[in-house]
Formats: sequence, C-alpha cells, structure tokens
Amino acid sequence: MIHFDNVSKRYPNGHDALSHINMHLDAGEMAFLTGHSGAGKSTMLKLISLVERATRGEVWVNGRALSKEPNRKIPYVRRDIGMIFQDHRLLFDRTVFDNVALPLVIAGTPHRDIGRRVRAALDKVGLLGKEKLEPIMLSGGEQQRVGIARAVVTKPPIILADEPTGNLDPELSGEIMSLFQQFNQVGVSLLIASHDLGLIARMRYRTITLKGGNLVSDGGSV
Amino acid sequence: MTQGQPSDKRGATTGKVSSGTRLKLYLALHRAEMRTSYLQLIKTPIATLMTIAVLGIAIALPAGLQLMLKNANTISADWDGVSRISLYLRPEIDATEADDMLLRIQSRLDVETAEMIDKQRALEEFQNLSGLGDALDQLDENPLPVVIEIIPTKQFSTPQASQLMVETFQLIPEVEVAKLDLEWVKRLYYLLELIDRFILALATMLGLAVLLIVGNTIRLAIQNRRDEIEIIKLIGATNAFIRRPFLYTGLWFGLGGGVIALTLISGTVFWLAEPVNQLALQYNSQYFIQGLSFPEVVQLVLFSATLGLVGSWVSVSRHLKHINPK
Repeated sequence: MIHFDNVSKRYPNGHDALSHINMHLDAGEMAFLTGHSGAGKSTMLKLISLVERATRGEVWVNGRALSKEPNRKIPYVRRDIGMIFQDHRLLFDRTVFDNVALPLVIAGTPHRDIGRRVRAALDKVGLLGKEKLEPIMLSGGEQQRVGIARAVVTKPPIILADEPTGNLDPELSGEIMSLFQQFNQVGVSLLIASHDLGLIARMRYRTITLKGGNLVSDGGSV
Repeated sequence: MTQGQPSDKRGATTGKVSSGTRLKLYLALHRAEMRTSYLQLIKTPIATLMTIAVLGIAIALPAGLQLMLKNANTISADWDGVSRISLYLRPEIDATEADDMLLRIQSRLDVETAEMIDKQRALEEFQNLSGLGDALDQLDENPLPVVIEIIPTKQFSTPQASQLMVETFQLIPEVEVAKLDLEWVKRLYYLLELIDRFILALATMLGLAVLLIVGNTIRLAIQNRRDEIEIIKLIGATNAFIRRPFLYTGLWFGLGGGVIALTLISGTVFWLAEPVNQLALQYNSQYFIQGLSFPEVVQLVLFSATLGLVGSWVSVSRHLKHINPK
C-alpha cells in the first residue's frame, strides 16, 4: 500500500531529512512511526501525502509512483489518504457536520448521500449528537475525533496520523488508538507517527524507528 | 503547485456516475457555492457595501458620461445632426433651368433630399425670420436668388465628405455660391468625437481600477482564509474547487457594483429631468432627458459582473499557487 524505495529527501536549505529509506506497508497493515523530533517522521508523512517530493528514490502509494504524478494530480492522490493531525486542523467557521462533510463535498458526492455518510462517520467516533455544534465548543479529545471522522468519511484505503495523541491525556489517547484498531480491523492501512513510546509499547504493533533521517529499526513492538 | 489544467475542473466529480448525474451534481455544487459566497458577503454588510459602492462609483462615472453623450447626440439629431448644403444659383437662372438642375441633383447618390426654394418663397421665409417684414415690402424687386437646399445621405454627412460635396457643387456653372450650412455641426461633430474618446479613456482607466479593487479585495480574502485553503488542499481539493468561491465572490462584487452604478445613474437622471425639461421649454423643444434603455441596463450589469469575475480570476490565479500545505 505504501512503499519507499531507496528514498532520500534533502530540503533546499541543505538539510538531509531522510537518507536511503526502504520501507513497505502492506494493505491492511498498521504500523507506528517513531523517533525523536527531527528524526524524519513528519518528512516521511509529507512525502506520502505529496506535501513534499522525494529528492531521490520512489514513493509508491496505492499503486501510484508519486514522482510520476504531476502537480495537478496531487488532489487525487490525497483523496486515497485520510490525514489526521496533532492540531486537528478543523475549520472553525463551520459546524462539526460541515467539517466532516468537506471531503465528500470535494469529491463531488451526491447531496443525498452526504448526510448519511457523515452521520455514520460521526457515529463511529461517538459524536453523533454533536453534528450541529461548532468545533470551538468541543473539548480537545472531541475535536480530534471530529478530525478522525473527517479522515475516514470517504473510506480511504490509507490513514496517516501525525502525533494524533500529542495533546491528549493517556485515557483519551487510548480511546483514539482503539478507534485506529477498529479501522485496521476493517482493512484500512494505517501509519501513525508518534513519540509516545509508552502507548506504542502497549499497542504491540509493528514499529518503524527513525534516527537522524535513517531507518534504525523496523519490526515488532519496542 | 501549478495551476489546475482545464481537466481539473471536473475533479470534483467521481467517475462512477453517469454524465447526466455528473452535470446535475456540478450545477448543484455551483448553486451551493453561489449561495455560500453570497451569505459570506452579507455576514459583513458594511465592508461589502463599501467595496461595491467604490466599484459602483467607478462604473457609474464612465457609464453616466456615456449616457450624457447619448443625450447630446439625440439633441444634435433633433437639430438635423446631418449637414445641409445650400446652393445659391446665379440670378440669371430662370425657373425651368433651376427645375432641371434640381432633378439632376436629386438623382445623385450622395443626396438624400434636395429642395428648391424659389425667389418668392425665399423672400417670405426671409421676411418671417429676419423680422424685417415691412422694410422688405418696400423693395420693387425680389433680390433673393433661387436656392437649392441639399441634405446629403447619412454616409456623406461627415464634415469631410460634405466639404467635398460643396467643392463639387461649386464647379457647376449655374451655381453662384455653394455653402455648407451650420459650421457648428462640424464643431459639434468633432466635439462629440472628442468626448467619446475621452469617455473611452476614462472607462478604460476606471475599468482597470475596478479590476484592481476586486483583485485586491480577493487577495485579502485569500490571505484571511489561508489556513482553510491549506487544510482543504490537504484533504484533496483541486485548485478549481478552491478557486470557485473566490470567483463567485468576485462575481457578486461585480454584480453589486453594477447595481449601485445603475442606481446612481438613474437617480441622477431623475434629479436632472426637471431642470432639463424647463430648459428645453425655453427653446420651445419637447426634449426629454433619456435614461438607460433596457439593453443598456443589461449591458452595464453584465460588463460590471464580468469585470468582477476577471478581477478575482487574476487575483486567485496569482495568489492561490503560493499557498501550499506545510
């Protein structure tokens, strides 16, 4: 589903964020991406979502070689990926419903299907009664769950999460992680960047560790 | 990120539906987008009103002047906006010869109408117009020549063409003097042409101003929604999708500006109608000031809406590509 083939990324300022990364994530696989800040976690996620392009090597996402995708095709690559952010990145001038509906609207889903699918996604994250509220009225954990509902509403084959529990207490973090497990059980591939080693250890999933732009370990739970 | 190609525009639809459904979806999307951008604008009524007022004034100025010019053209048309040529025949020409000549002149292609004023009629007219009626009665003999009055066809009514005609008529032996009447027609013609060009220059400048005002307003709107644009780019929005609300905002600005301009012009016409009528009465004229005709109203609003759309298009194209998610 996600495949890194000898990928290096050097930023224009000369900083080598990733060097010679080889990594493969199967369809339906869930893995954690860990390492200190600056180790290259975010860069890897950016390469997958085409926020950045690899300097060398090839990144494959859902069968597409990203270096061959022109800029105007980027939106279609991103529609295969549900993205979850540490700071939620919700739109605060519209309701929870409209936030979750946005990917469907962008994809041109017929109006009559949108309501049903948005409610299904909100139901999954336990926010069904809050669709008419504005994000600002919700707690941090609830906002993050709105972000997750938005990421899964189009049923993408891949979910990328960048420090999804960074601002949450352990109990809420656990809830978020069990949501991820549920998505994984229905066949979604997940790559979760996190430096919450305790949480990762409890989860017992494959863990990919980066250090200074190099892949230093890839395997079972740390 | 480069700007979306034309094929990008269909990006908001999925491949799974029929083309009819796709069109319906597309239209529904546009309707929703129009409504959303409208609601967004009336959320900040003062700011929106100020922007469209500026646009309205910028459009009303050249449009109002154009209307003035139209009125001036109507007035000069009332006064026979075409030039008139008078041929004063030699005194020895008798009525039969004059009739012959009249026929020859009437058959010319550049002559719309030609009319003979014989000695008797010329005298009567002169008596009436000059106010010298009684004094003229004292004359033994009618001193006035036979006159043929010619109105050239529209095509030959320009100062240059009618001047040439005069020169040709001057060469006819029977003609004592050929004279182009009403030098002022010539002056008015040039004056109106001057005003016409002036208005065109003004309209170009103010049209450019409208583009810049809309462009700048849209630029600020884009900057205000920078975070939002980054987010929706991340969740797979095409450039066409992101551009759309801004284009509709520009369209609304243009339409609003057009309506304001229309109101300003109509108000001014209404305001001027009474004094113009009074003035016209002093000249024994039934002249009424003319407002904008329906096609002109449509033209004005369409023109204004187009300016709004183009202004926002330029601005969005310039600024959107610099916003990329980080």
